[in-house]
Amino acid sequence: MKLIFEKSIDSRTGFKLPECDVDIKFNLSEKYLRKSQAELPEVSELDVVRHFSELAKRNFSVDSNFYPLGSCTMKYNPKFTERVANFEGFTDLHGLLPQVLGASMLCQGALQVVYDVQKLLCEITGMKAFTTQPLAGAHGELTGAMLIAAYHKDKKHKRKYVIVPDSSHGTNPASAAIAGYEIITVPTDKTGCMDFEEFKSKLNENVAAVMLTCPNTLGIFNFRIKDICDEAHKVDALVYYDGANLNAILGKARPGDIGFDIVHINLHKTFATPHGGGGPGAGPVGVSEKLVGYLPIPRVVKRSDATYALSYNRSKSLGYMAAFFGNFSVILKTYAYIMMLGKDGLTEVSETAVLNANYLKEKLKKYFQLDYDRICMHEFVISAVSQLKNNIHAIDIAKYLIDKGIHPPTVYFPLIVKEAMMVEPTETESKQTLDEFIDVMVEIAELAEHNPQALKDAPVTTCVGRLDEAKAARDLNLRWQK
Amino acid sequence: MNFIPHTDKERREMCKAIGVSSIDELFKDITPDLKAKSFELPNGKSEFEVMRFFKGLANKNNVSLTSFLGAGFYDHYIPSAVESLSSKPEFYTAYTPYQPECSQGWLQSIFEFQTAICELTSLDVANASLYDGGTALYEAAMMAIRITGRKKIIVDSGVNLLYRSMLYTYTTNLEIEFKETPVVHGQSSRKDISSVIDKDTAAIILQNPNFFGAIDDHSDIVKKAHELGVLVIQSVYPVALGLIKPPGEMDVDIATGEGQSLGLNLNFGGPYLGFMAAKKQYMRKMPGRIVGETVDKQNKRGFVLTLQTREQHIRREKATSNICSNEALCALRAVIYLSLLGKHGFKELALLNHKKAEFAKGLFDKIKGVEVKKNSPTFNEFTLMLPKRADEIVCKLIEKGFICGFPLGRFYKGLDNYLLVSVTEKRSKEEIAKLADTLEAAL
Amino acid sequence: MDVREGLFYTKEHEWVKIDGKIATVGITDYAQSALGDVTFVELPKKADVFKQADQIATVESVKAASDIYAPLSGAVEEINPELDNVPELVNQSCYEKGFFLKMQIEDEAEIKNLMDAKSYKAYLESLAK
Repeated sequence: MKLIFEKSIDSRTGFKLPECDVDIKFNLSEKYLRKSQAELPEVSELDVVRHFSELAKRNFSVDSNFYPLGSCTMKYNPKFTERVANFEGFTDLHGLLPQVLGASMLCQGALQVVYDVQKLLCEITGMKAFTTQPLAGAHGELTGAMLIAAYHKDKKHKRKYVIVPDSSHGTNPASAAIAGYEIITVPTDKTGCMDFEEFKSKLNENVAAVMLTCPNTLGIFNFRIKDICDEAHKVDALVYYDGANLNAILGKARPGDIGFDIVHINLHKTFATPHGGGGPGAGPVGVSEKLVGYLPIPRVVKRSDATYALSYNRSKSLGYMAAFFGNFSVILKTYAYIMMLGKDGLTEVSETAVLNANYLKEKLKKYFQLDYDRICMHEFVISAVSQLKNNIHAIDIAKYLIDKGIHPPTVYFPLIVKEAMMVEPTETESKQTLDEFIDVMVEIAELAEHNPQALKDAPVTTCVGRLDEAKAARDLNLRWQK
Repeated sequence: MNFIPHTDKERREMCKAIGVSSIDELFKDITPDLKAKSFELPNGKSEFEVMRFFKGLANKNNVSLTSFLGAGFYDHYIPSAVESLSSKPEFYTAYTPYQPECSQGWLQSIFEFQTAICELTSLDVANASLYDGGTALYEAAMMAIRITGRKKIIVDSGVNLLYRSMLYTYTTNLEIEFKETPVVHGQSSRKDISSVIDKDTAAIILQNPNFFGAIDDHSDIVKKAHELGVLVIQSVYPVALGLIKPPGEMDVDIATGEGQSLGLNLNFGGPYLGFMAAKKQYMRKMPGRIVGETVDKQNKRGFVLTLQTREQHIRREKATSNICSNEALCALRAVIYLSLLGKHGFKELALLNHKKAEFAKGLFDKIKGVEVKKNSPTFNEFTLMLPKRADEIVCKLIEKGFICGFPLGRFYKGLDNYLLVSVTEKRSKEEIAKLADTLEAAL
Repeated sequence: MDVREGLFYTKEHEWVKIDGKIATVGITDYAQSALGDVTFVELPKKADVFKQADQIATVESVKAASDIYAPLSGAVEEINPELDNVPELVNQSCYEKGFFLKMQIEDEAEIKNLMDAKSYKAYLESLAK
């Protein structure tokens, strides 16, 4: 398929600008002006519409496909939240309004959204206060790392290290490292949890924090989680909860009650806001009592007359993590989702997500190796190592699933499981969908034995076959040129 | 309503298949001491009730005023096709294109976005986008530190204060030395930059147009910087690039910017769109997703995420950044917007913005007691000096139906009487004239 | 797995060929096979000086990146100029055309920290278990 740039026809236009109603002589000096014109496509509106409609057809998406992509919580994104986020009363608001004297009265509804969502997230996680500023999960982690730094700086601690388990998301060590910490990695034990003794041996007064996901990337809830928090607190290290897997524990457990100091939540996972092809997401961060003072400014506060305003006057605050209040429309959709589901609905989300995952795990473990065979939470990791003898890898299984209209699980992650396939069905998928997936996986296991070439050849139904990723990385071509 | 399809009968069947008697048994790892102590949320509601509540909240906001507020985030008209195409569920309910064969729509769109950003900035390579203009600038600073191995950065104070604040926040735990240089007569102070730049400097960060709206040609600063092995990072306003000299034509090394003005709603501050482009020799040091072209076995063109070894899921703590997503849907809006405008529309839009702002400057200049700052040429935003505190004037004019601009005293000490006014293509001659009259009457 | 006699090896799967005062360095057949299609090799500059076990280069495939450590101390004498354009030489000819660099041997005593072909083979076998 041609690129939009390749469809360009000289002098064709796709949009009419308003008439220039002012009579001004142009007199900017040449030295400030651009010499070459930006070569944007010259196309009609219909050209653009056909082009992007055609591109849309070349994507798998939750609306069209089962999407059990582990760690990503690809649940159904309800339509009503899109409508809520598109009210002009929200879309047309400038983010600087509440910074301007008198203008915060123009955005009371929006400020209330931020305020209310912070309170709801506190109740859901058991944290004391929240900031909605972080723009994505990894940005929440960076915020967390900044909070960790601010806390220890204030306490005049010199702390150099952050501990992560080897099963962690890559963002955890990357976020801590970019904030200036060195990383200590602790291995996973036979139960699929961070090795507790190993952890204790690495913990000392040079450690700033421990970053954990619970349930972890193997879908296992660490029953020693409270002990980990307690041990860390003994040396005044903070404990960070990566909320990527919060979908497993809504109404069941709260990081705040367990003893975590900092939490980030991926609103685009647990709270059903669409992933948008990779963003925008949102990663609000909650903290325990002792960290409230360090949260980023500005804070949205409710005044005694029930109006909302910004507060900047916080001497210990780490400063601005984002220009405004985070990805506001994502926060808005989250609010609408929480309101519609309510207490019982949210609890049922986790119950069903866990039910679906365990159902799949039980059915699939007969055909694929399961390194950690125990009750899982919302996701689990199987492996294609039994298929290796026929030269079938996880990637081959993934590609065949595409031909069957199913988005593959996350493959080759976590790194600690060989030929990993991480499956997260989510709660919105029906038993029928799960059964169809099981049937296809059984078919794959059989093909691996008797006709592995069929898997090697996949996908055959897509607009392109398997792509040469080595060529892409060697002969780098990152843009179109005339 | 919770969008869960299961019947009780199915739940029982599934529990049986798993070998448990109830769903509760699946949560046995959450021992009593780990259980939630509270979960006091309101009961669920119907769609109608939820809709009514949010309609009410939306109505508590007032978006009917005529706005001249910009300050880095602009009120441009968005063609209907942008909304219509970007709200296709095949785009917005997909995730990061990890599996290229079933994500060609996304991958090609991003490749087209990267191309458009290269064209706008006149630079060689662009990434698939970053969170917003502020985080993009921070990532560029970190990139310059990686490339040069130096730890000192010069920041022009004409760079948006919000971005500078974010930059300082993010690097607080690192040993980076920042030197801020002043804006003199609206422009980057060459003298001050010369006095602090040295061979330990990693980068100079500039903004064009700067926060006060002034346009500059930074070529001389870039030349001087390169003599000392210092990189230059420029934060740009993409709509202005239809007219003004792009970073590439000044030999700038890394360009970043806020893409909100390219077809994104103001949305009370987000989601927005950070973009980044750079010279080819620095592409391996770039943060974020990058899409590249390749072929399948039949030699058919296709697109994949490439240079992934820079990223956190492979490199973990050695990655070029911790970012693991981009703002794909926002980037899609931008490339649709730019395609609709096209080569000529993009230039015309910039010209239209500039002319309207020049017209406004002319009217304001006639108001007694108001001084239009004219030391530097401007694009579509400019600074006024008022005889009174600007924030109080803004407050007064809100009652008259105008958001007349941004009071600079909010971000700059000593500039309490200065007002930053932006004029986009959406403001008519009549609206501008009416604002000038209303302002005059309010003084 | 191809393990060549006469070369020295490290636990990180680098090979070293000693010619008088010059050591030629590359990665082993085992390493290139584990990495898969090599897409990029980042090499140091000529005359850069390294201590034994310092990070000296990086090799990347599509989905993996590995740091390469200096097997011996010394200054870089020459880098393989071909790898910039044809990184796949590492896969095609890891012991010859796909070598990474040559360095001057600063301290011959360090050679004893390396494995010979026999010990490296035994090491590979221990990994397979």
